[in-house]
Amino acid sequence: MSATDDLKVEQDYKYGFSDPEQFVFKSRRGLDEQVVRDISKMKDEPDWMREFRVKSLGYFNKRPMPAWLNNQVLNDIDFENIFYYLRSTEKQATDWNDVPDDIKNTFDRLGIPDAERKFLAGVTAQYESEVVYHSIREDLTKLGVIFTDMDTALREYPDKVKEYFGTIIPPNDNKFAALNSAVWSGGSFVWIPAGVKVEIPLQAYFRINAENMGQFERTLIIAEPGSFVHYIEGCTAPVYSSDSLHSAVVELIALEGAHIRYTTIQNWSKNVFNLVTKRAVAHKNATVEWVDGNLGSKLTVKYPAIYLVGEGARGEVLSVALAGKDQHQDAGAKIIHAAPNTSSTITSKSISKDGGRTTYRGLLKVYEGCENVKSNVRCDALLLDDLSRSDTYPTMEIDESNVDIGHEASVSKVGEEQLFYLMSRGLTEEEATMMIVNGFFEPFTKELPMEYAVELNRLLQLEMEGSVG
Amino acid sequence: MAESIPLLKIEDLHVQIEDKEILRGVNLEVKRGEVHALMGPNGSGKSTLSYALMGHPRYEITSGNIRLNGEDLLDMGPDERSRKGMFLAFQYPMAIPGVSVVNFLRTALKSVRGQDVPIREFRKDLREQMAALQMSDQFISRYVNEGFSGGEKKRFEILQMAMLKPGIAVMDETDSGLDIDALRVVSDGVNRLRETNPEMGVLLITHYQRLLNYITPDQVHVLVNGRIVRSGGKELALELEAEGYDQIIRDAQASDAAVVLPQEVTV
Ligand SMILES: Nc1ncnc2c1ncn2[C@@H]1O[C@H](COP(=O)(O)OP(=O)(O)OP(=O)(O)O)[C@@H](O)[C@H]1O
Ligand SMILES: [Mg+2]
Repeated sequence: MSATDDLKVEQDYKYGFSDPEQFVFKSRRGLDEQVVRDISKMKDEPDWMREFRVKSLGYFNKRPMPAWLNNQVLNDIDFENIFYYLRSTEKQATDWNDVPDDIKNTFDRLGIPDAERKFLAGVTAQYESEVVYHSIREDLTKLGVIFTDMDTALREYPDKVKEYFGTIIPPNDNKFAALNSAVWSGGSFVWIPAGVKVEIPLQAYFRINAENMGQFERTLIIAEPGSFVHYIEGCTAPVYSSDSLHSAVVELIALEGAHIRYTTIQNWSKNVFNLVTKRAVAHKNATVEWVDGNLGSKLTVKYPAIYLVGEGARGEVLSVALAGKDQHQDAGAKIIHAAPNTSSTITSKSISKDGGRTTYRGLLKVYEGCENVKSNVRCDALLLDDLSRSDTYPTMEIDESNVDIGHEASVSKVGEEQLFYLMSRGLTEEEATMMIVNGFFEPFTKELPMEYAVELNRLLQLEMEGSVG
Repeated sequence: MAESIPLLKIEDLHVQIEDKEILRGVNLEVKRGEVHALMGPNGSGKSTLSYALMGHPRYEITSGNIRLNGEDLLDMGPDERSRKGMFLAFQYPMAIPGVSVVNFLRTALKSVRGQDVPIREFRKDLREQMAALQMSDQFISRYVNEGFSGGEKKRFEILQMAMLKPGIAVMDETDSGLDIDALRVVSDGVNRLRETNPEMGVLLITHYQRLLNYITPDQVHVLVNGRIVRSGGKELALELEAEGYDQIIRDAQASDAAVVLPQEVTV
């Protein structure tokens, strides 16, 4: 990257600032069994978790890089150059005033304490490897809602964690899930008691600050029968000229009649590899929704999955991706119908510009005997110029005939006639393009709480500025 | 402004698209407050003229001139022209999926005026204009032209015009596809706007003299094969309605031939 490119990135990406690095513990670069054991020891974990980690490292080492991905970019990851664990502060705060100044300033600049006051039921803020701040509204605690970081959960609710941890995404599921299982740190543990509906969102915020950092948070959400929770995560990182790695594992369990909505606004800087495994299980009459927005990162690989295992379960994946220069968003969805009378929708919208690349990979599977399954898949790609690229790989495995499946896909370019129409109403070419882009993402934006919709539109605008003309 | 400078002045306009000349020397002058009707057979170049006036990038102006209030428009993009007061009601308005009517109108108004419009003023004007055009309130949250019926599209073009209050409105077959009642509503809309903005000029492109019963033109022009071959008062429209374009086309071909022949001789 040239110096001018660097400057440009800095201008476009508002969260590209970094703080001086401070830490109380930092593992050495690279990964081997000793590093894994050190992390576990440092966290004072039970034996089963230490063994889980060590075994997972074995899987990671044995598995080759997936060959079907963008290996030109993926092979740039230098696993030996990464720091796998960094703790920046001695203890977790429940009051922002107790968070070290540098870190607090960062979250202030990201608007987190403000958002918490205004419209959130609980917040965790993860900085590098550990959650540095955590709060939950008292009334929710009284109702028995648990919302804490995963390390604390392992100490305070060991039985619950042990019962579910790694059951939805086993460590050997894929190479990056294995990596996460070996070195995981932080993330959220959420447990909603039966019948409790948490009407306002819980928010987790993930920030990578150090260069060549690896962040491997681990999130597990269990919604007991008849409960509801909306969990939102946001991610940013400074702009560095060398790469960082983010590889999360997120497991959701929606028990009978429960409803989980999981919203992500991913806005990593363009030097972050974002390789995430997300999977949910929906039991009888349960609903799971993944609302997944990918704006940032160098390469994102993520296909949120839903296993509909109980009759009447419903799954929805709604995702948008924006890929600009030197970015590849390889995203999609997997839905497995393993019970009758289940329904699902997949809506994927992607925009490529300035030579950026988007890929949609989807799997829709219906097992034999799962009658009356309804599913609708729709992927739309919008190309803003001739340099950019979009590919679609939809896979359907339908082993039952009594089903109702719809599938539509489109790739379009921003039309000259649309631009002319808008420009004839006074909009500049840039404004007109922005309006078309916003409209294209509208099915996604309208699902976000208002504050997030505004933020997303602002981020889109920043990304779009200077890209027309 | 000096009375001698016309609102819109089109001089010897030649326009080509994909190397094919469509307009072959159009001259037209619209003064403040005037209504001009432009008629002519299918494919004669009426929409081409409207696009050229608005500045569509694919319609190449090979010679001639367009002036609005004396100002040369040719180097301006469509956005700048609209800020100078040009408005085109499209024959085929485009759908913009995901963009609501209200958001679109507010953005357009802000762009044309160059500054934000106070929300209350905007709401009030919008409500009044929609009521006058007999449009229901739900309309504002629909997506621009998406799934609109032919008539709804045309009404929406007029709504935009009423909100943007242009200096000159070019209306490309706004009457086609409208039922009798809708035609009445739309025409009233145009007339009301002319009352409140008496300086506004209108160039009405239409196939039907019916519209001209509602909006009385000061002049009627007939475009044939890229040229205005006849101009006259509103009675010209009645004549066309009764007799069709046959005779006019024949006359035009004869005069074309008269021009072309000597040129060929000199080759
Ligand atoms: N984008 C284009 N590409 C190729 N040819 C075009 C294009 N636009 C217009 N033309 C041609 O230019 C000529 C004039 O078309 P135009 O649409 O201006 O006619 P019109 O007078 O508006 O007709 P109508 O009454 O049917 O609306 C036609 O021969 C048409 O095929
Ligand atoms: Mg036409």
